[in-house]
Amino acid sequence: MNAALRKLFSFNGGVKPQTHKAESTRTPIVPLPLPPVFVVPLHQSVGGTPIPLVKPGQKVLKGERIGAADGNYSAAIHAPTSGTVVAVEPRTMAHTSGLSMLSVVIEPDGDDQWLATEKFPFQSAAPDEVRDYLRDAGIVGLGGAVFPSHMKLKPGKATPMKTLVINGAECEPFITCDDMLMRERPAEILRGICIMRELLQAEEAVVGIEDNKPEAIASMQTAAATMPYVQVVAVPTRYPAGGAKQLIRVLTGIEVPHGQRSTDYGVQCFNVGTAYAIHEAIELGRPLISRIVTVAGHVDTPRNYEVRFGTPMDFLVQQAGLKTGCDGFVMGGPMMGFRMPAFDVPVVKATNCVIAATPALFPPPPPEMPCIRCGECARACPTDLQPFEMYWHSRAKNFGKAQEYSLFDCIECGCCAYVCPSNIPLVDYYRFAKTEIWARERQMEAADSARQRFEARNERIEREKREKAEKLAARAAATRATAQADAGSAPSADGADDAKKALIAAAIERAKAQKPATAEAPAVADASTQD
Amino acid sequence: MLTALLVMLGLAILIGASLGYASLKFKVEGDPLVEKIDAILPQTQCGQCGFPGCKPYATAIANGEADINCCPPGGDDGIHKLADLLGREYKPLNAEKGVEKPKAVAFIDEATCIGCTLCLQACPVDAIAGAAKQMHTIIAPLCTGCELCIAPCPVDCITMETVQETVDTWKWRFPTFQIKPVNTRTAA
Amino acid sequence: MLNNSPYVRANSSVTRVMLKVLLALVPAIGVSLWLFGVGILIQLALASLTALACEALMLKARGKPMRLFLTDLSAVVTAWLIALAFPAIAPWWLVVVATIIAIVLAKHLYGGLGQNIFNPAMVAYAAMIVAFPSLMSQWPSTQLDTAAQLQAVFGHADATQRAMDAITSATPLDSLRTGLRAAGATVESVVQSPVFGWAGGSGWEWLSLAYLVGGLWLWQQKIITWHIPLAFIGTLAAVSGVFWLVQPDSFASPLLHLAAGGSMLGAFFILTDPVSAATTPRGKLIYAAGAALITYLIRSFGAFPDGVAFATLLLNICVPLIDMKTQPAVFGHKQ
Repeated sequence: MNAALRKLFSFNGGVKPQTHKAESTRTPIVPLPLPPVFVVPLHQSVGGTPIPLVKPGQKVLKGERIGAADGNYSAAIHAPTSGTVVAVEPRTMAHTSGLSMLSVVIEPDGDDQWLATEKFPFQSAAPDEVRDYLRDAGIVGLGGAVFPSHMKLKPGKATPMKTLVINGAECEPFITCDDMLMRERPAEILRGICIMRELLQAEEAVVGIEDNKPEAIASMQTAAATMPYVQVVAVPTRYPAGGAKQLIRVLTGIEVPHGQRSTDYGVQCFNVGTAYAIHEAIELGRPLISRIVTVAGHVDTPRNYEVRFGTPMDFLVQQAGLKTGCDGFVMGGPMMGFRMPAFDVPVVKATNCVIAATPALFPPPPPEMPCIRCGECARACPTDLQPFEMYWHSRAKNFGKAQEYSLFDCIECGCCAYVCPSNIPLVDYYRFAKTEIWARERQMEAADSARQRFEARNERIEREKREKAEKLAARAAATRATAQADAGSAPSADGADDAKKALIAAAIERAKAQKPATAEAPAVADASTQD
Repeated sequence: MLTALLVMLGLAILIGASLGYASLKFKVEGDPLVEKIDAILPQTQCGQCGFPGCKPYATAIANGEADINCCPPGGDDGIHKLADLLGREYKPLNAEKGVEKPKAVAFIDEATCIGCTLCLQACPVDAIAGAAKQMHTIIAPLCTGCELCIAPCPVDCITMETVQETVDTWKWRFPTFQIKPVNTRTAA
Repeated sequence: MLNNSPYVRANSSVTRVMLKVLLALVPAIGVSLWLFGVGILIQLALASLTALACEALMLKARGKPMRLFLTDLSAVVTAWLIALAFPAIAPWWLVVVATIIAIVLAKHLYGGLGQNIFNPAMVAYAAMIVAFPSLMSQWPSTQLDTAAQLQAVFGHADATQRAMDAITSATPLDSLRTGLRAAGATVESVVQSPVFGWAGGSGWEWLSLAYLVGGLWLWQQKIITWHIPLAFIGTLAAVSGVFWLVQPDSFASPLLHLAAGGSMLGAFFILTDPVSAATTPRGKLIYAAGAALITYLIRSFGAFPDGVAFATLLLNICVPLIDMKTQPAVFGHKQ
């Protein structure tokens, strides 16, 4: 369908950094050769950590499930090639923290033999079955957020689904994996879009692509020519137009607030890479074991590779000709990417780009100056926040105030730090404040639960004491009653004395009866301690 | 003169009555100060402060019977918060009561455990599962790390294990200032 | 070791921002030079040197990196604003003391760059006009030769005073105020005096125009936004317009108010100082409108000929409240 007529909206703020995209789009996507070893982390998506299904020494086939989704809010993990599991052990993650995470280490056998795969009967399956299938195929959002896709493929309850937004904006500098995918495999992407549209029962699907990618737009438009309900729309190039909320705003005019489901507003957003992965899973029966990754920065030939998850990053970057002087890898783009703790961390589902960094490419920031409240950050903020206010409060560890200034609406796009004339690492302050607030919330929850349990326990002990006392009292009353009955018509003045005597007698009898039992008990305890 | 007096008197009565009414109507139940102090305390229920739990310690602080620096698990941060809340001077942690340690949870060596239930009775938050002559085990997420179960154990099978940082609990560090980049380089 | 993202930055710095502000002041310096002679250059040099010396001393005392903060040029901007706001033939110590007050008291004792609640230049101006009202209102009536200028700035007190009487005149706003005190005087009769040019005072209207030009360039360079200048000019014009329409005999026209005194300097350079100004778009409008209103009230009914400095300081106090109450709606939370 002709897309020229669609009314576009805009979001406030944003910046226009140098794109550096031309370098890596000169050559087509190539599959990466098999590395000597795969390290597949089990935790590659938002949600529960998958449970390992394999043991060291076990043979696996390509596409075989090696980690099962832990609950519904999780996604499965699969073997990237056929080979032998050498270890299931913690390995350094592709995460700035440098922490380790349980990973499956696989030595390829070189055959690269697929598990028998078959098309999923998507048309005849119930929607829930399709979603379960996608979860077990390990499909997550490939734009970088790695949110389990099956969770997002449910239509909203109240609002009918209007628009399925497909994100091909790819606004971050250096990254071109979506661009190349759209240029080379538009038909597959569109088939994935059709599946998602049916699952969501959306009226229309709109593919938003930044207008600095004319080849991708043309390729997608040609492929979509026969589909009346799919529009391919060029959106103005302005970072972060590829943010899900920003793109939804640009294409539909709807602003989805933080913490709300976009389906409740009648829209949903997926990355083009996710659409492609869904097509592969449903129509070819292939789980998600690879993705397109841009290799850029300090390399001979920046380009895009189809990379299997678990491939060590240094192996990948060396294929592109890593030059000397690289001082670290950045996963993602220069605006939102993360420094990797080591060169050999594995490529994961979130890895859209690996940049070999040098001090010349990403120079250390000039010294941080005090904030002069110039408001440049507020003008650049795509979520209309007041970044400098959040900065003041985060820096002062005044987290409540920072939250009042909507800290959690911040998408950490980096626009504020990009424009700041005082070179303040603003986003670092927000990341610090956010994780600190989460930690405090966890602490608070733990304290609350401990308090409750402590009080419940005290109450229980009290109750038990009370019940014991009541029981004793009841028994005493009963004994007294029988004693009284025995005394018969004795004068009431002596009655009390008799009752007491009877009580004491009863107590002695009870003690006699209990003696053998208590004598046995310590013996048992002794026996067990000697074990 | 008389009118002025009457007006003032009338006003006084009116204001007095409304204040009295307000104090009845908006009466705050319980002792909010104890609640506020209790909210700052870590709820470890370890008794290191000398009181049988966090709430009793909070009550003692509120009544001025205890100092604010007797809670090792709450640490320096907690003392600062208490000092802020109560408008008292900050004091370093009372070393007699213990030292601040990283958060740990108890771990029962199940091979050694004899199932005596003594630790069950000692645990202030019911975080140990088990029964007489059955293996006991710590429900780690509920354990406050109070160490009260260690002493009663007749076979010393309980140890404290420091809680390791995971990706979910990892925190970004406070951004460091780079005002003197030259100096840091020479230092390194 | 790599930092955290973002790894790329726009090419901007505090120094660059301050440099642009200084550049935007150049047209006004040119006009001053033409109007009053080289005195203005002497004052600029005095103020700049004092400011940098004070800044250096305070940075040392506070243990801050000297080079980083001296080269940010913020002290020089304060110095230039003081020099331009002060009479070109003011004795040298007046500007020096004012600059010391601005840098030491109003800036560093509040915590230095970015921390001052009040506009430092305006604190200095207010202090000086309260302490030395006559010296602050003696402007050269004609362009003086260099010798006379130097004599005025550096000469002996007595000689200076004598020389001053001969060569100075009050500012247009000052003349208007004293003129209106005479019995039967109307604005119309007062502005017949040669001190009033075609708009806001002979020569002064050119100075205002120069500030306007510099200010518009700052806006074009995105150093300032349109909110503060427009709200200030608009409010000043509206308020003075109302009074002028009702009683043209006692109240000067909006044109005179805009072109005279510190209106343009205030609108584009003083009120827009980001550190002490409101930051939200709506807040900036309120802030500047409030400043314009107070400026007009001081000019027309107060004890001082011009009110920009006091209006700025008064509104500086209100900034935290204004900002808090005018927070813009966050993405997705607009109704």
